[in-house]
Amino acid sequence: MKAFAQHQGLVAPMDRANVDTDMIIPKQFLKSIKRSGFGPNLFDELRYRDEGQPGQDCSQRPLNADFPLNWPRFANASILLARKNFGCGSSREHAPWALEDYGFRVIIAPSYADIFYNNCFKNGLLPVVLTEQQVDMLFEEMNATEGYQLTIDLAAQRVIRPCGDSFEFSIDPFRKDCFVKGLDEIGLTLQSTQAIKNYEKTRAAEQPWVFGAIK
Amino acid sequence: MSGRTVYDKLWDSHLVKQNADGSALIYIDRHILHEVTSPQAFEGLRMAGRKPWRLDTNVATPDHNISTDPSERAAGVEGIPDHTSRIQVQTLDDNCEHFGIKEFKMNEMGQGIVHVMGPELGATMPGFTVVCGDSHTATHGALACLAHGIGTSEVEHVLASQCLVTQKMKNMRVAVDGTLGVGVTPKDIALAIIGEIGTAGGNGHAIEFAGSVFRDMSIEGRMTVCNMAIEAGARVGLVAVDKKTIDYCRGRQFVPEGEMFEKAAEYWRTLVSDEDAVFDAEVRLNAQDIAPQVTWGTSPEMVVPVTSVIPKAEDQTDLGKQKGIQRALEYMGLEGGAPITSVDVDRVFIGSCTNSRIEDMRAAAAVVKGHKVASSVKQALVVPGSQMVKVQAEAEGLDKVFIEAGLDWREPGCSMCLAMNADKLGAGEHCASTSNRNFEGRQGSGGRTHLMSPAMAAAAAIAGHIVDVREFAGDRL
Repeated sequence: MKAFAQHQGLVAPMDRANVDTDMIIPKQFLKSIKRSGFGPNLFDELRYRDEGQPGQDCSQRPLNADFPLNWPRFANASILLARKNFGCGSSREHAPWALEDYGFRVIIAPSYADIFYNNCFKNGLLPVVLTEQQVDMLFEEMNATEGYQLTIDLAAQRVIRPCGDSFEFSIDPFRKDCFVKGLDEIGLTLQSTQAIKNYEKTRAAEQPWVFGAIK
Repeated sequence: MSGRTVYDKLWDSHLVKQNADGSALIYIDRHILHEVTSPQAFEGLRMAGRKPWRLDTNVATPDHNISTDPSERAAGVEGIPDHTSRIQVQTLDDNCEHFGIKEFKMNEMGQGIVHVMGPELGATMPGFTVVCGDSHTATHGALACLAHGIGTSEVEHVLASQCLVTQKMKNMRVAVDGTLGVGVTPKDIALAIIGEIGTAGGNGHAIEFAGSVFRDMSIEGRMTVCNMAIEAGARVGLVAVDKKTIDYCRGRQFVPEGEMFEKAAEYWRTLVSDEDAVFDAEVRLNAQDIAPQVTWGTSPEMVVPVTSVIPKAEDQTDLGKQKGIQRALEYMGLEGGAPITSVDVDRVFIGSCTNSRIEDMRAAAAVVKGHKVASSVKQALVVPGSQMVKVQAEAEGLDKVFIEAGLDWREPGCSMCLAMNADKLGAGEHCASTSNRNFEGRQGSGGRTHLMSPAMAAAAAIAGHIVDVREFAGDRL
């Protein structure tokens, strides 16, 4: 996982509420058994005029000129500014994989669906929560300013605007720590091997039917 | 100290370690795997040189992108027409073989949609923590499990450590009391709740469904409701244990027998919320107020009673909501103000982890029996949720009822709920569907989904348009 403590980048908009993970990465691309290569199909149905298929050369496909990510001013954006309940629906981790593979490192929205929010942290994609008013303000500034960039200081938990003012955001300490250090969460859990074994021993004594049923 | 909710009790009994930073290590009792969200997790295990922590906890089956066509299915994995789908199903078989994980293969008895298979085999038992790389894992909460969907990184985490690092959710109680009207089903309750609290209403919460309606409801009905908790934003939906829960579990393949069963049941009976338990949020609905529900838009919260009209954007005061309704009406090709029953349907889908169990099959068959699918309907699919549901339905002659009425009787799988296989909508086609999501493109690029109950979808198949099943088939309900 790519770790970062601070990120500065161009901001692009996804100006609708309840963006679901089917919209982020449609189902036909979930047939892949790999973790990478989903970027060209991010928001596939909104981005292109035709119906996308796995393995296609997306550079030859007709683009939807109305979709902001296709506009030159948002090329190479790495921060996605979004609306409430972003990432609702399916648990597919292909959604953060697609966003990350496209080049996004940060999402800013008033709220996220729980599973998507959780999945982002496993993939070096930072989901920042700001208030609806703050997000509205960022949308206004971004719309008014070509080349609009933000700086996300994860260590200080601040989104810094071009004028120098900043918004504070909250994030739980465990996730922050793993993210900043790029920690292997499984490795961390396995440091508690003895605690897990002790738990199993106690549980097996009390509830033996929990173990051994599936053979 | 105040009493505990069912969720509190499940949490406490699976807590391995509480960390000072607020995170906690939670033990997982049952892990269900399928072909779509597991390959990268197995690959991760291999790359790190790790092995599954326990084998007797995992159970796998292919469901998402297998064919439901009987002749293609008969040809086995080789018969899956789509090359990438075939590789994915083969990869699940290979990984289960390699790591020694119990799998119910595509055409084996026991196979089915993960959330139909788990409970019916007794792989899911009350009091368990259950996870699966699929957001509809909340289904298993119908058996008073702490069950939720996870991403692929967590699939790998559970395989490797039998634990998840997580944080405790808040408690929400959704109580529905009173008596349901004829023709009003668990699906209608679920949609009515989502209409009430919205698709983000349950974010951060575990929902307990309580009240007389859920006490009176069958276990399969409870599964339908818990299944859709995620469409209200809640990862976890559950119902307390009662006699029905225990009766449901008795005699299933992986459930203990004899003395051990009685010992387990004694524990299961404690899985009810204490009278003085405190919920962070409470929602109440009256059963009498709930009519059969139909979605008109592109989010499950865009739902109306079948007796109602499609909303108009201009009736909303909030500008964001206006834009959302306008966009949904455009995508769906509908006019605000028209009766929802004026919408013609091109296809009908009866199936999915929400509504593909035997009671759903019976409800749909009762409506279509002796009738014919409208000539304007291009396809009406009935996809049983599992091999066991299929066998049971055929033993009851339901397959013949469907076939005689002009519906297709298929092999078990997720099918047109998410259209990863060939079962999909064409652009612009309207579908009466018993599935759980009406997102843009969910059932096929440009497809237009209307969520409803099995009885309502069956009635739509016969009428050729959305129709109030109570008027259409009142004498058969």
